[in-house]
Amino acid sequence: MSIILDHVDYVYGGDTALAVHALKDISLVIPDGQFIGLIGHTGSGKSTLVQHLNGLIKPTAGSIYYNGEDIHAADYDKKKLRSKVGLVFQYPEHQLFEIDVFSDVCFGPKNLGLSKKETELRAYAALKQVGLEDEYFYQSPFDLSGGQKRRVAIAGVLAMKPDVLVLDEPTAGLDPKGRDEILDQIAKLKEETGITVILVSHSMEDVAKYVERIIVMNQGSVMYDGAPKEVFAHYRELEQIGLAAPQVTYIMRALHENGMPVATDATTIGEAKQEILKALGR
Amino acid sequence: MLRDITLGQYYQTESVIHKLDPRVKLTATICFIVSLFVVKSWVGYVAAAVFLAVMIRLSNVPFKYMVKGMKAIVFILLITVVFNLFLTPGETLVSVWKLRITREGLELAVMMAVRLSFLIVGSSVMTLTTTPNSLTDGMEDLMKPLKLFKVPVHEVAMMMSIALRFIPILLEETDKIMKAQIARGADFESGNLVKKAKAMVPLLVPLFISAFRRANDLAMAMEARCYRGGEHRTKMKPLKYAARDRIAYGVLAAYFALCIAIRIYL
Repeated sequence: MSIILDHVDYVYGGDTALAVHALKDISLVIPDGQFIGLIGHTGSGKSTLVQHLNGLIKPTAGSIYYNGEDIHAADYDKKKLRSKVGLVFQYPEHQLFEIDVFSDVCFGPKNLGLSKKETELRAYAALKQVGLEDEYFYQSPFDLSGGQKRRVAIAGVLAMKPDVLVLDEPTAGLDPKGRDEILDQIAKLKEETGITVILVSHSMEDVAKYVERIIVMNQGSVMYDGAPKEVFAHYRELEQIGLAAPQVTYIMRALHENGMPVATDATTIGEAKQEILKALGR
Repeated sequence: MLRDITLGQYYQTESVIHKLDPRVKLTATICFIVSLFVVKSWVGYVAAAVFLAVMIRLSNVPFKYMVKGMKAIVFILLITVVFNLFLTPGETLVSVWKLRITREGLELAVMMAVRLSFLIVGSSVMTLTTTPNSLTDGMEDLMKPLKLFKVPVHEVAMMMSIALRFIPILLEETDKIMKAQIARGADFESGNLVKKAKAMVPLLVPLFISAFRRANDLAMAMEARCYRGGEHRTKMKPLKYAARDRIAYGVLAAYFALCIAIRIYL
């Protein structure tokens, strides 16, 4: 049970002079239950990559397998795939359209052809999972705040009960509090249900705290792929492509250079704290 | 999927036609369209074809792009041809069941098809070689006399350029919302007409909301920069005729005179 990308290439704009080679020879294995951060600068191809995962874009060359089946085979059921690989787009609140929050979340499961009862149960569960209070359920989605709208939109995908949840920049444009709330909820959801989560972001800080594997994209290729500690060890190279390691990494480096015997591979504040306390002998 | 639409698209390259003043190109396009209706004989259409071919050659735009614009009107073209072919009275050539094709009908159908396709290709030469901005600049300048009749020329031109500017943005937005809804299991393709129309709701509602939001933002941004319409507004790059524009007017006048001569003497 996994997603496999086999030498995937994608070119925008086909045969015109304006063709853009968005993905170059991407090969990845995404096993079940992993929490992955997909990181890259604007235009690095990360959004294009995630749209391949549920078959919205067909690769120019190469193949994609979900649970061992080629998703672009003629007899493959794409609709089923899209219910299994849930994709939350950037600024997902722009896709809300129903008269109230609850009906909007029902849209996904209803399209799967589920019974009314099952649809509503799923919608209710999904809205609870994203932490939206009951009082908002029958309000117009357009009357909610930005953060609440985004939760509704995420719930709209969760209600389809995907096995893989892909979130494209789920925190873009939110304030720090809204950002932390959404990320915490995603982490909690991951823990409770054990689904695969792929978090697309350009912020190392966001990602470092939660994920177990980081894939760094640069100009359409995979640059690094590994545990956060391994990837952040390349912080100089990351800076060159317009990204940065989490701030604690820099602090630990500076402490180390100034003679404090700390390990420099801490990626979260918690780890850094322990390291420093250890070095101070407490 | 929506990237294929070439309506009003500009093709960036170097050419004499690209460098011409937009006013010349606008006048030329109008003259060309009028000339298509002035000439009535085959000689006239040959003249128009030659004129158009030379313009396309000079514009350095691949012919493929010109034809792309035709795809949009294939249906209209087909209807015109079919109606003219079967419904024109005259000398019968072929008759099948109750339908009959007449000599006059055949001539008229071919003529209509040629006229329509020349019209489209001729106007796409203009849109492919002129940026929307300079096009509206040219239009504003040509419509200046209408100010005497209290027509808000500048405002109309500004609205046009904004509308043109928004076409690619809204197309991209449509593409994005469509994908997002497909990811939620929406189906835009199958089902009968009613079902298809209903399936458009999840696309159209967000699209309209986003269009209004963008319009609102743009109005605010213009206001913040003290935009107040055409009164006393100056331009950084006012339109100026160069030598090549005068030559172009000359060529145009010669072509138009030729068309009128063909109409009168042939």
